[in-house]
Amino acid sequence: MTTETVNESLDESHDDEHHDHKMTGIKRWLYTTNHKDIGTLYLWFSFIMFLTGGALAMVIRMELFQPGLQIVEPDFFNQLTTVHGLIMVFGAIMPAFTGFANWLIPMMIGAPDMALPRMNNWSFWILPFAFAILIGSFFMESGAPNFGWTFYAPLSTTYSNGSTAFFVFAVHIMGISSIMGAINIVVTIMNLRAPGMTYMKMPLFVWTFFITAYLLIAVMPVLAGVVTMVLTDTYFGTSFFDAAGGGDPVMFQHIFWFFGHPEVYIMILPAFGIVSTIIPAFSRKQLFGYTSMVYATASIAFLSFIVWAHHMFTTGMPLAGELFFMYATMLIAVPTGVKVFNWVATMWRGSMTFEVPMLFSIAFVILFTIGGFSGLMLALTPVDFQYHDTYFVVAHFHYVLVTGSLFSIYAGAYYWLPKWTGHMYNDSLAKWHFWCSLISVNLLFFPMHFLGLAGMPRRIPDYALQFADFNKWVSIGGFAFGLSQLIFLAVVIKCIKGGDKAPAKPWDGAEGLEWTVASPAPYHTFSTPPKID
Amino acid sequence: MSRGNQSWLIGAWLFFTSLFSSSAWAETQLNLTKGATAVSREVYDLHMLALYICTAIGVVVFGIMFWSMVFHRKSKGAKAADFHESTKVEILWTAIPIVILIAMAIPATSTLIDMENNDDSDLTIQITGSQWKWHYKYFDQNIEFYSVLSTPREQYENQNGSFEGNGAEKGENYLLEVDRHLVIPVNKKVRFLITSDDVIHAWWIPAFAVKQDANPGFINEAWTIVDEPGIYRGQCAELCGKDHGFMPIVVEVKSAADYDTWLNEQHALIAQAANAEKASLSASMSKEELMQLGETTYMAYCAACHQPTGLGLPPMFPALKGSAMATTGKIADHIDMVLNGKNAMPGFGKQLSLKEIAAVVTYERNAWGNDTGDLVQSSDVNAASGSK
Ligand code: HEC
Ligand code: HEM
Ligand SMILES: [Cu+2]
Ligand SMILES: [Cu+2]
Repeated sequence: MTTETVNESLDESHDDEHHDHKMTGIKRWLYTTNHKDIGTLYLWFSFIMFLTGGALAMVIRMELFQPGLQIVEPDFFNQLTTVHGLIMVFGAIMPAFTGFANWLIPMMIGAPDMALPRMNNWSFWILPFAFAILIGSFFMESGAPNFGWTFYAPLSTTYSNGSTAFFVFAVHIMGISSIMGAINIVVTIMNLRAPGMTYMKMPLFVWTFFITAYLLIAVMPVLAGVVTMVLTDTYFGTSFFDAAGGGDPVMFQHIFWFFGHPEVYIMILPAFGIVSTIIPAFSRKQLFGYTSMVYATASIAFLSFIVWAHHMFTTGMPLAGELFFMYATMLIAVPTGVKVFNWVATMWRGSMTFEVPMLFSIAFVILFTIGGFSGLMLALTPVDFQYHDTYFVVAHFHYVLVTGSLFSIYAGAYYWLPKWTGHMYNDSLAKWHFWCSLISVNLLFFPMHFLGLAGMPRRIPDYALQFADFNKWVSIGGFAFGLSQLIFLAVVIKCIKGGDKAPAKPWDGAEGLEWTVASPAPYHTFSTPPKID
Repeated sequence: MSRGNQSWLIGAWLFFTSLFSSSAWAETQLNLTKGATAVSREVYDLHMLALYICTAIGVVVFGIMFWSMVFHRKSKGAKAADFHESTKVEILWTAIPIVILIAMAIPATSTLIDMENNDDSDLTIQITGSQWKWHYKYFDQNIEFYSVLSTPREQYENQNGSFEGNGAEKGENYLLEVDRHLVIPVNKKVRFLITSDDVIHAWWIPAFAVKQDANPGFINEAWTIVDEPGIYRGQCAELCGKDHGFMPIVVEVKSAADYDTWLNEQHALIAQAANAEKASLSASMSKEELMQLGETTYMAYCAACHQPTGLGLPPMFPALKGSAMATTGKIADHIDMVLNGKNAMPGFGKQLSLKEIAAVVTYERNAWGNDTGDLVQSSDVNAASGSK
């Protein structure tokens, strides 16, 4: 092996290879309890789901290319938007982060594997079934869910197209998978840290996943509860959300968003962890304000439980409620700001280079912040009355989710690909991927702000003529963004098949235990824990 | 500058000019409307304040970032400094945002208190959403009516599936026009009581900065004082099923005098309609008349769900072609279904005249090969409704 940073665990891993009980073919993947294999499964699954959800989005953008109904019926349009949202949230972003957690947390804390390897296998392998049910509903008599990813009652209950049972069952399975994954992360971090790695010595990456896992454990059961209430309202004659039986449809929204808002932080805190790892590496400077980053993450997580009704300002809340949720939501901007300032301070007077992981991270900081700005504007209740349920909101959450979460996932993928595959990625292809994505994503999402301000509601298959110009550009941006993602597929396949051999530590500024083992990381690492001082 | 660079520049230039020379660009609106009420202007000001503050923060933060990206790069020989912590700085950049937030929260709070003050209204109108139309009811006036999209189907359905479309030329207010406007007087405090008959809808007029959910079984309040007569358009803003994109809202604001004239006209029309209902009871219509009126009524009120072909969109909306109720079933049950509805089927007793219901039931029992030969007259409907 080439570098001197490689420590003794390398030689161990060499021995391990003779007795690693790796099965061959499909059985290796079906029966695996190895955190690296499971991480790989999660990452591929998430990418396939991302392409599937993306394909649905392409049809949506084709329909919206011009005014008039061209290629899909309004009801099918609603099915497309609903399943697109569900797939992207539960199938693309969340599993991608679980994939990162599996691959990296054990290596970063010097553990041999996740603490609960069999559960790990189970939590991955139920996911494909959940999505088979969800996507399969397109081919059932009912059609797919058509009530929005937020499935507001009574549209999803009394007025549903009959897909509610499939939907509920699929969500239950996704929820069980997430909870098991989260428990595994918590148990691993609490018990398997290498001797000497105190909590405040853990990489920030590990911290963000640790906190996210707690969020998941707290809110996934709430989601399970609310879908079950939807199920019984639809099929078993209860009236949780039906005023005629003493229920309340607005209560649905309270329960849903009590899950839903922490959920959006479940999709961004790990992203914070990833860019907080990458920016220092390519600035060749330690992360600024590690301690404040930990506290900021924890306070965001706490605040995320008391802001849910900012999604519900137009439901007719009392004034006091509106004021409380407005102030609490604005408060979230403070720890979020602290994070952004810390990243900028990390770059300040660094010695920067701009490899692709860094490019994606910088784009993340800028574009996520733009999404944060629109979030802050949305928090102001009186103006939210104008913005709510328009394309302005669509622009907001795509900035935080696509140029936020997704860009961080790309940043992380490029950063750790050499560790995962043992090869360097093709740099010029990767740069093409970055620049094409960057330009098209802004063409796709920025004009949505204007559309929303001009009054275009979201979730409509056809629109008034004054929205025609922007929609055309948005669609063009959408197709370009969609195509650009195929470049990533090409990069990854090329990188797995070959490419320059990656040294154990391909980035000179990188820090962390994962860079002390060979590339590709041996099947078993840290069978004896490293010493941390 | 190299050739490669030049062609990029020309490409970019072409791209932007085509963007701005695009046909309807002149009418394209970029920003939030100032609207036509004191509240909507306050909301607009708040929006601009937030926008300026965010832009200013963005310029500073991104400015610093770009500065260091340009000057602190390794290729320029930058050596990394080794500071990585400063409690003072952390406190500073926690405190400054808090101050900025308070500066935004104060005007936001006062505007919000204003918006939620529903007292002392001059006039109250109940707004009821249902799939996919609005119903308006004037308190103390005995005036009520439905308001539905009036853009003809040919304009939005490009049936041949092509992008060119064989649909008719789209009108100026495409998808933002209705058969009957909600009419309100200028400079009067109008209070809206908003509710729904089925799923959640949201009543939204951007120019008034009023957006309020219509929740089934509950009543929400909102109000407005409009200071310019005119026509204001909006749309339903909460996903409410298939035709959520096709339930616009149009409000016509009239001067006090015009509003009074309008009220009188409405009362006259109501009296006329009542007479027509009475007259229709004794009249008997021919099959041709019934089928003709039935078809227009069906296309206007039923085709959204049951489709022009009568095939419906099962399993959500059942087919009427060949359905038991519309063929072998009892006529009385059929009439009852149309009058009172069931589950997701809305009742039309309030919305259609006896004559129209008689016609549409006749139509359904004889169209698409449902050749029952049954004729239904206004008097049959009247009997079924227990004299409405
Ligand atoms: C909002 C959608 C919607 C509209 C508009 C609508 N219907 Fe229906 N209709 C339904 C649904 C849903 C059912 C099924 C109700 C049930 O049995 O639960 C139904 C059922 C019926 C049935 C009974 C069919 C059967 O075989 O049981 C008749 C008859 C009918 N509608 C007539 C009409 C007429 C006439 C109109 C127009 C005046 C109309 N509908 C407009 C949704 C609609
Ligand atoms: C500064 C931080 C943020 C603030 C103040 C904020 C505020 C808001 C508000 C007020 C809404 C409701 C808008 C409306 O429907 O009227 C909203 C919607 C949304 N936000 Fe944020 N947000 C922030 C960050 C994020 C992040 C980090 C994510 C996810 C990564 C996110 C994802 C979403 C999503 C998905 C919705 C739309 C949900 C829906 O209706 O379908 N937001 N945000
Ligand atoms: Cu939220
Ligand atoms: Cu609607």
